[in-house]
Amino acid sequence: MRPRLQFLSPETIERILSEAYALLEEPGVRIHSDRALHLRAEGGARVDFERQVAQIPPHLAQQAVETAPSSFHLYNAAGSPAVHYGGEAVHFDPGSAAIELLDAHTGRSRPPVTADCVRFVQLADGLEALDAVATSLVCADVPQAIADLYRLYLVLLYTDKPVVTGAFGVASWHTMKELLVAVAGSEQALAERPRAIFDVCPSPPLLWSEITCENLMDCALHRIPAELVSMPLAGATGPATLLGTVVQHTAENLSGVTIHQLANPGAPIVWGGSPAAFDMRTGTTPMGAIETMMIDCAYAEVGKFLGLPTHAYLGMSDAKVVDAQCGLESGIGAVLGALAGINMISGPGMLDFESCFSLEKLVIDAEIVGMAKRLVKGLVERETPLGLEVIRQAGHAGHFLALPHTRRWFRAELFIPSPVIDRDFRREWEAKGSLTVTERAARRVEEVIAAYQPKELPPEVRRELEEITLRAARAAGMEYLPVAESKG
Amino acid sequence: MEDLLTRLQEAVVNGEPELARALAIQALEAGIAPLRAIEQALSPGMQLVGARYEHGDYFIPDLVMAAEAMKAAMQVFEPALLARQEQRRVLGTVVIGTVEGDIHEIGKSLVATMLSAAGFQVHDLGVDVPAGVFVDKVREVGADVVGLSALLTTTMRNQEVVIEALKEAGLRERVKVVVGGAPASAEWAQTIGADGYAENANEAVDVVKQLLGVQA
Repeated sequence: MRPRLQFLSPETIERILSEAYALLEEPGVRIHSDRALHLRAEGGARVDFERQVAQIPPHLAQQAVETAPSSFHLYNAAGSPAVHYGGEAVHFDPGSAAIELLDAHTGRSRPPVTADCVRFVQLADGLEALDAVATSLVCADVPQAIADLYRLYLVLLYTDKPVVTGAFGVASWHTMKELLVAVAGSEQALAERPRAIFDVCPSPPLLWSEITCENLMDCALHRIPAELVSMPLAGATGPATLLGTVVQHTAENLSGVTIHQLANPGAPIVWGGSPAAFDMRTGTTPMGAIETMMIDCAYAEVGKFLGLPTHAYLGMSDAKVVDAQCGLESGIGAVLGALAGINMISGPGMLDFESCFSLEKLVIDAEIVGMAKRLVKGLVERETPLGLEVIRQAGHAGHFLALPHTRRWFRAELFIPSPVIDRDFRREWEAKGSLTVTERAARRVEEVIAAYQPKELPPEVRRELEEITLRAARAAGMEYLPVAESKG
Repeated sequence: MEDLLTRLQEAVVNGEPELARALAIQALEAGIAPLRAIEQALSPGMQLVGARYEHGDYFIPDLVMAAEAMKAAMQVFEPALLARQEQRRVLGTVVIGTVEGDIHEIGKSLVATMLSAAGFQVHDLGVDVPAGVFVDKVREVGADVVGLSALLTTTMRNQEVVIEALKEAGLRERVKVVVGGAPASAEWAQTIGADGYAENANEAVDVVKQLLGVQA
């Protein structure tokens, strides 16, 4: 039996949905895109072009939910399905879009540059627990105008895992699509076997900015998967009541599904988000707050009720360094998200309110992910009888270690952690230098990066990726791309 | 014939006692000298197992099952060796056990496994072993080393009791004593007059080799 976390009764979900549908009608949704407003009007919404507000009747949103697929895959570079969005699948990818990196050498945060991003991708590529790589670092050594596409360029060069990404502008989305087409071979190949998914983030409350709206429709038109990341803050940009915030999240995501499916019915879309509690003392948005995690798990239940694939930002911390708070918040979040059966959980590696990335945290979080994935596999009835036979076989001598039974099952039953997790006898731990988890993590970062194998990207694809990126860089006033100091 | 030895080595590496026994019998029937089978199949197999454990690919149950497979094959080869009046070339003879009052087995068995993998003849007396039994076995097999395990602070004193018993029996000068187990330490070894202390199974092999002056 798979363990499961549940916050909402079917009745509560119905009430959340009926209130959300009512919000789409009154006051409606602000949409800062004429293209999207026209689509809405054609679809049957009441549109005020002057105020840029669309009032969406429930049947229109319900129809969009109907046409959205309940399941799809992301593919790796070899074209094999590697991530399943749908059902009870649980995957993890690193948290995204950090503008700071916690430098292990100085212990301080600083803006990341190309070499950092390459190291990050090589590390994420080597960590088995991570099912996809995200464009997690925003490089400060390239112009802002290409910051989004540049990180995708580096990720495509250095990993063959599926990619979770997002665009910072309307035009750059198209350049990013060009990069993805270059590795896929053609637009059709990309649509058939999407390598990447784009996060699109509405602004609370109930606003779709031009960028996110255009990104969302462009994804739909090209059948590149999109992930809705609605992010109301309970008590600040959404209601203080947690369920009230879930209602707002539901309305924002439903409006997203509607924009998306009106543009291209049947295109893949994910019910995601990054809502948060609001810290009433400091005015911050704690991603490690237990209420943040509760809102996440609850909205995922709503998404599952609607039959849509789900996503959440969990497994993050608000700590500034890799310390006990960092571990406990990340651990609780990842475990709850897994128990909620969320298809893609983004967050490993991220701290300081989703703004700062740590490679050391990423390898610690990979252990957390391993444990969370083990947890949701549950206690399996491996054989009948459950233990009677083998206990009798061992008898009072109890030499279980010498029974083939032990060897047959222990690998399936145990998640075996890397040496980041300390399970040594004390003296052995002392003999190895009495290292803290952060110190052990720093070692593992270097080990995994050292073991990185360069990807077999055809030279013409590599050249094309570089040309596309360089063209965008030159348009933004940068003549040459930074040199990544790394093998491969 | 080579194929038979390769398969026997694989049976050890994969920890399959029944298969190892069957292949050992086949090897003898095929006219392979038992000594050759031991040196070219069993020993390298156990060395590979030890290396894999060290490297993190193998775990304790893999190690134990490999040792079981080696034991099963040895049970076939030993009478054959006797019959041919041959002796297995060993680095030394070790008597090992957990001291009286202590029933902790795993650490001691691991040390025994690693030692036999490294090429020592190991006599494992099991757990809760009285001092007199250690003494008798040391005398009987002419042991070069005796390994004493204890996992409890209350039973570690019995390591000292065994050393005293060896002295009384006049055997102490002929045998090196190595202690191990969670409460033991290098200082403790010195206090009770043991010759060595090892922190884990791999270190135990190094310590024993060092004490016997065998190339590590």
